[in-house]
Amino acid sequence: MAAPFDLSDDSVVVVIGTGAGGGVLANELAQKGVSVVALEAGGRYLPDDYINDEWESFGQLAWLDKRTTSGDWRVAKDFSGLPAWIVKAVGGTTTHWAGASLRFQAHEFKTKTTYGDVQGANLLDWPIDLAEMEPWYEKAEAKLGVTRTGDRVGLPGNNNFKVFEAGAKKLGYKDVHTGRMAINSADYDDRLACQQTGFCFQGCKWGAKWSAAYTDIPRGEATGNLEVREHAHVLKIEHDESGKVIGVVYADKDGNQHMQRARIVCVAGNSIESPRLLLNSASNMFPDGLANSSGQVGRNYMRHMTGSVYAVFDKPVKMWRGTTMAGIIQDESRHDPSRGFVGGYEMETLALGLPFMAAFLDPGGWGREFTTALDAYENMAGMWLVGEDMPQETNRITLNHDALDQYGLPAPNVHFDDHPNDIAMRDHAYKQGMAVYEAVGATRTFPTPPYPSTHNLGTNRMSEKARDGVVNRWGQTHDIANLFISDGSQFTTGAAENPTLTIVALAIRQADHIAGEMSKGNL
Amino acid sequence: METILDRRSMSRRDLLTGSLAFGAAFVVGPGFVAATDAAWAMEVKALKPETMATLIQMARDIYPHDHVADEYYAAAVKGYDNADQAEMIESGVAALNAAAQGKGHSSYTGAGWERDRVDLLRAMEGSSFFQMIRGGLVTGLYNQKAVWPLFGYEGESYSQGGYIDRGFDDINWI
Ligand SMILES: Cc1cc2nc3c(=O)[nH]c(=O)nc-3n(C[C@H](O)[C@H](O)[C@H](O)COP(=O)(O)OP(=O)(O)OC[C@H]3O[C@@H](n4cnc5c(N)ncnc54)[C@H](O)[C@@H]3O)c2cc1C
Ligand code: SF4
Repeated sequence: MAAPFDLSDDSVVVVIGTGAGGGVLANELAQKGVSVVALEAGGRYLPDDYINDEWESFGQLAWLDKRTTSGDWRVAKDFSGLPAWIVKAVGGTTTHWAGASLRFQAHEFKTKTTYGDVQGANLLDWPIDLAEMEPWYEKAEAKLGVTRTGDRVGLPGNNNFKVFEAGAKKLGYKDVHTGRMAINSADYDDRLACQQTGFCFQGCKWGAKWSAAYTDIPRGEATGNLEVREHAHVLKIEHDESGKVIGVVYADKDGNQHMQRARIVCVAGNSIESPRLLLNSASNMFPDGLANSSGQVGRNYMRHMTGSVYAVFDKPVKMWRGTTMAGIIQDESRHDPSRGFVGGYEMETLALGLPFMAAFLDPGGWGREFTTALDAYENMAGMWLVGEDMPQETNRITLNHDALDQYGLPAPNVHFDDHPNDIAMRDHAYKQGMAVYEAVGATRTFPTPPYPSTHNLGTNRMSEKARDGVVNRWGQTHDIANLFISDGSQFTTGAAENPTLTIVALAIRQADHIAGEMSKGNL
Repeated sequence: METILDRRSMSRRDLLTGSLAFGAAFVVGPGFVAATDAAWAMEVKALKPETMATLIQMARDIYPHDHVADEYYAAAVKGYDNADQAEMIESGVAALNAAAQGKGHSSYTGAGWERDRVDLLRAMEGSSFFQMIRGGLVTGLYNQKAVWPLFGYEGESYSQGGYIDRGFDDINWI
């Protein structure tokens, strides 16, 4: 079954990371008969292993290697060592994700053209557009079993959704439903329908939510063309004197280092580790890091404009029951500069358990203002706000030579300053979110600050011209033909929508391209 | 509850003989802190019992929930009773008491109104001692499974089949 490949086998495609991008790419390549070695820093956890307990699950799955922060974002103060909430495990952050799966809107591939010059923003049009992506979105939706796409029906609304929907309708919002979710509303693709357990963020123990961990990965392995090596942490990508990459150095579980040869290397370690790996792979030939002739590796880090609104009512809601995020208002996702900002945002239901609510409602808060909010936990409803943030060159991942990880390598520093457009959008979104709940009788509302980044994007961005970005329309680096980027770091801009459907669609498309070029002998 | 001494080995009378009233809620005696009604008691090894009682009061003043009993706050700070941290905790509490005396109270717990104690805490909010205690409570208090039902939170649900047949959409007032 799972194919074991030799370290010296230089015919394999090496995929680094097995999340939304890497896990899907590895399987899609394997399905096409390509030999793949996927190297994953984390271990393997399956539905039986997932834990219905917020902190325990976090301890089991989260990426907790050394990271540092800077910039004016509140996360740098509240969670200075934890800029992002990302998973280290086979399947990557698709174990934690909530499953909201939305296509980009057409104009979001063309923000430079649509928004014009926005001061301080490094906007750029994607070299691809919605029409080109549509067939890939369709394949991605079928793979993930996204509700309200194809012939898949929507999920039933839970308590949190009912409050949200009633408020939205009172306010006059029209585009309100239980979301397009990669969560089964009926049995689909050998996976059960959602049992409304309410621990979507902790790994779905029923397998009702799509995760690469128990779909793409084992299916790829079943072809005999894919070997997933877990606890294999890639430290460096090596190249030859012609500038082509020839393999990667990784540390195994015991810290022993190995070199895996490769015909092609695809980097999918999420938007902090992927640029960090390119930077840590600097050599005499590439002193600024691999694929960095543009100087854009690590830059334009985006995390979405985010925030939450929680509200307390005079009667119970019990928002934690049922799907964590199956509810959406899409009316604000349009581009309408009359609101005082470019781009748009989505409003999505969100529930946290008591332990996470205590940590995230108002980080650092204490005293009765804080505790009376938690006293009303049972009567709380909640939503998440997620919108397009502006790419800024100075928001970036750099190597922090004063902070080393467990392998002695410089840790990534994540620098982020909010752009005025992000702030204007967040203020608008808070106001609208609070209005939704006030419309149905909220006695108190809480405009809650952003959590550590769950959406990490843009640090190896896609561009038409080599000088503007790191990869071309296929995710292939402009500088090195056999080096690809296969995760959300390819994003030229972030759009208002949750990113994973687009990451998956791009990975399916990239697999098609790579397999085609290999068989033509071009790669 | 783990923090609580076995009540069979320590009778109410044992507890209350040789112990001193400490603030409104606690009594302290050699090597222990207890509730004035002896509903619970906690053994203290590395810290002075008075220091532990002060920490418990401080925990409540930082995250006051009137429907959550002291024993949960005691459980949340019990971990500081160790030789490694004792000196730091003793000096943090000593500073808190000194600040209280500067405001005319006998000690921190001697300040009768929550408002007065909270003022003292606000004044030291930036200190690493305060931030350590507050930060530790976020998980120390709210991640105690025994506390969850007091807030209505139901915790794990997989073993009960989720909420599909147990009220995921049972709201009746909207
Ligand atoms: C709580 C939460 C909820 C979310 N909800 C949604 C949602 O509803 N909708 C949505 O669209 N998105 C959601 N997301 C975001 C989504 O999970 C990510 O966008 C997506 O998983 C990113 O895919 P990726 O391939 O870029 O990285 P990941 O999925 O994070 O995978 C990266 C993998 O690479 C591995 N790796 C990193 N560095 C190395 C290395 N050097 N060597 C070997 N392996 C390495 C990591 O261990 C990890 O397994 C959510 C995220 C979180 C945390
Ligand atoms: S609510 Fe549904 S999708 Fe979420 S964890 Fe439970 S069964 Fe899985």
